[in-house]
Amino acid sequence: MSEEATAGALARVGSRRVLITGISTYWGGRLAQALEQRPEIEAVIGVDSKDPTRELERTEFVRVGTQHALLRRIVLAAEIDTVVDTRLLVDSTVASARDTHENNVVGTMNILAACAGADSTVRKFVFKSSSHYYGAEQDDPAFFTEAMRRPHPPQTAIERDIVEAEAAVRDFASKNADVELTLLRFANVLGPDVKTSHTKLFSLPVVPMLLGFDPRYQFVHEDDVVGALAHAVTSDLPGTFNVAADGVLSFTEVVGLLGKSYVPILPPIGTGLAATLARRLGLEIPPEMLGQLRFGRGMDNRRFKSTGFGYRYTTREAVIRLGEYMRLHPILRDAQQPYRYEEEVEEFLRWSPNVRDASFRKDAQLRPNQIAQIQRAIASRSGNAAQPVAGYADLDEDEIVALLPSLEPAQLHALREHERAVGDRERVLSALELALGRAQTTGR
Amino acid sequence: MAEERSSLRVDEPVEEPRPSGSALPARRDDLRPYLPGVEPERRLTDWGRSERIEGIMDRYLYDFFYNYWFRVEVEGIENVPADGGALLVSNHSGALPPDAAMIAKAIKEEHPQARSLNLTVEHFFKGYPGFSMLIPKIGGVAAHPANVQRLLYDEQQLVLVFPEGRKGTEKLYRNRYKLRRFGRGGFVEAAMRAQAPIVPICVVGAEEAQPIFAQMNFLRNLTGLIYFPLTPTFPHLGPLGMLGYLPAKFKIRFLEPIRFDEEGMHEDKALVQTYSHEIRARIQENLLEMVGERESVWFG
Repeated sequence: MSEEATAGALARVGSRRVLITGISTYWGGRLAQALEQRPEIEAVIGVDSKDPTRELERTEFVRVGTQHALLRRIVLAAEIDTVVDTRLLVDSTVASARDTHENNVVGTMNILAACAGADSTVRKFVFKSSSHYYGAEQDDPAFFTEAMRRPHPPQTAIERDIVEAEAAVRDFASKNADVELTLLRFANVLGPDVKTSHTKLFSLPVVPMLLGFDPRYQFVHEDDVVGALAHAVTSDLPGTFNVAADGVLSFTEVVGLLGKSYVPILPPIGTGLAATLARRLGLEIPPEMLGQLRFGRGMDNRRFKSTGFGYRYTTREAVIRLGEYMRLHPILRDAQQPYRYEEEVEEFLRWSPNVRDASFRKDAQLRPNQIAQIQRAIASRSGNAAQPVAGYADLDEDEIVALLPSLEPAQLHALREHERAVGDRERVLSALELALGRAQTTGR
Repeated sequence: MAEERSSLRVDEPVEEPRPSGSALPARRDDLRPYLPGVEPERRLTDWGRSERIEGIMDRYLYDFFYNYWFRVEVEGIENVPADGGALLVSNHSGALPPDAAMIAKAIKEEHPQARSLNLTVEHFFKGYPGFSMLIPKIGGVAAHPANVQRLLYDEQQLVLVFPEGRKGTEKLYRNRYKLRRFGRGGFVEAAMRAQAPIVPICVVGAEEAQPIFAQMNFLRNLTGLIYFPLTPTFPHLGPLGMLGYLPAKFKIRFLEPIRFDEEGMHEDKALVQTYSHEIRARIQENLLEMVGERESVWFG
């Protein structure tokens, strides 16, 4: 198949004009960078009240908070079809309880209001939620599935906020039936670039733990978080999904993999009091973490995997990567300057007629040669450009038919062309037609 | 299985923003191919089970009790399936019940497949310091319906439940070999949902190995334990007195499995109750028969 045909097929898929709220958070920035690399995404617009923290190429940044009237004008003007909300705060130590509530609940409601209504162009809403939705309690199951609710009402402010925000999002989806909702619940994130209460705990010379408890922990690597968000944007995944890496480790196992030792100094009775004391000494143990340190939490990640998403790291590998980073960090600390957003420079590169050299220009659109470049990169990564599915020639009829439900409409189209040209097997073709018909009836 | 809750049902439908199921074809039905793979470098399973600690327990405790102290005799081991999930259902007794460990050891020793067994335990243990570290490492899993479903159906493992639960272990010596109520039949529902067979088990000897003369509620409240029994060696010999078993002769009988091959049987509550009563009656009947045949508590 020729390059133009692939590009054409890709251009027909789901989301094309994406609005990312919380572009200045780590997740918003990383997601924008990932989507910039995808030629089928026409436009990426990021909004936030603060400066972006990561360097953006064709993403357009608009400085606006969560005022729904302003957001709505942007959504309508840019004909946004997909909104990704990455703003959710999941750690109560980064902001005051009031600001967190303002951001997580009120902010979410405002963004939903900006997307709602019959005249809205939004067709898909991706919400980044957290496994704090499930809490951590004594009578939890060992693996939470998406269908489960938490057994008890939330005790901590952040968990209450998350439950409330999710309720608002689901309410929005039920009232706007033509908007597809993808709700992703992420496990605790690990990685070199994110600072969470857990990574702070793990970076102590000796890791404190709760006396008499060895909780089960499941993490997800930061790259997999970005990958999962991008996967949710580029594929049609209505519903709720847990995003957590394979493997549930015990706390002592985690500490061992980091090459540290642990000391059970937190008392099992009066833990809250001890946490308050620790805060005075400079060690923040937020209340939502105390439940995890006692009972742990595991999630069933199979539903998201069954949509075709592959994790790059298991929980164990994510922990090992963090350990490597923590050993290197003291050496590399000052090697790299943090990115600073310069408004005037950005504006100049984007709009000034004096930018002659095209390689410097920050264009909102991808140019054809860039698309070709990305296509080549994708093709070389997957090994074989001529095959819409890796290793297609090695599959037999049954395997191909079993594979079809997990494919995108564009891939199905490409596969049909390929099959007609190469195999022309009747059974595969009829199954393809069926899958395509099904994809069309769901309005893609 | 301990207390069943209705708020957390395994088969609760996923809340979908729109009813079109075709976007997610057959995804929900069978997620077994997506189970995480085994990482050989790890020493724990995802459930927190540790082969190393199990090995230590086996070498220094179970082996001695199984071979020399209780001199366990096993009947009908062929009723434990060689592969696939199965729910093992047994009577339960003893303050710190030795029956679970002995059943697990019996399957390891006598069964040609030497399959490992998952023991369901009360949620209480997850919240009690110390227990919460140890219990998962030696194969204990909280008695949550979702856990049982995952083990039986998704992972095709053996699961041992005691439907009497706490009511069995806190009953006094004079009530020995009288089965308590079998919960609300949650264990039958779990087996039906997973389409796994139930293997009823009778254990004779555990009641005499650790007779409970009284329950001391004052000390229970003080320690926060689920019960505080008075046994021949506890509490006057200290916490280790919990391991002070009398050398009663153990007999374990595995009964014919009951199969549930039809789909959706678990939705019929009447059927669940019928099977629950039937299984309880079979265990009770066999228990009385075994006790009747027994000539000596200590020598069998």
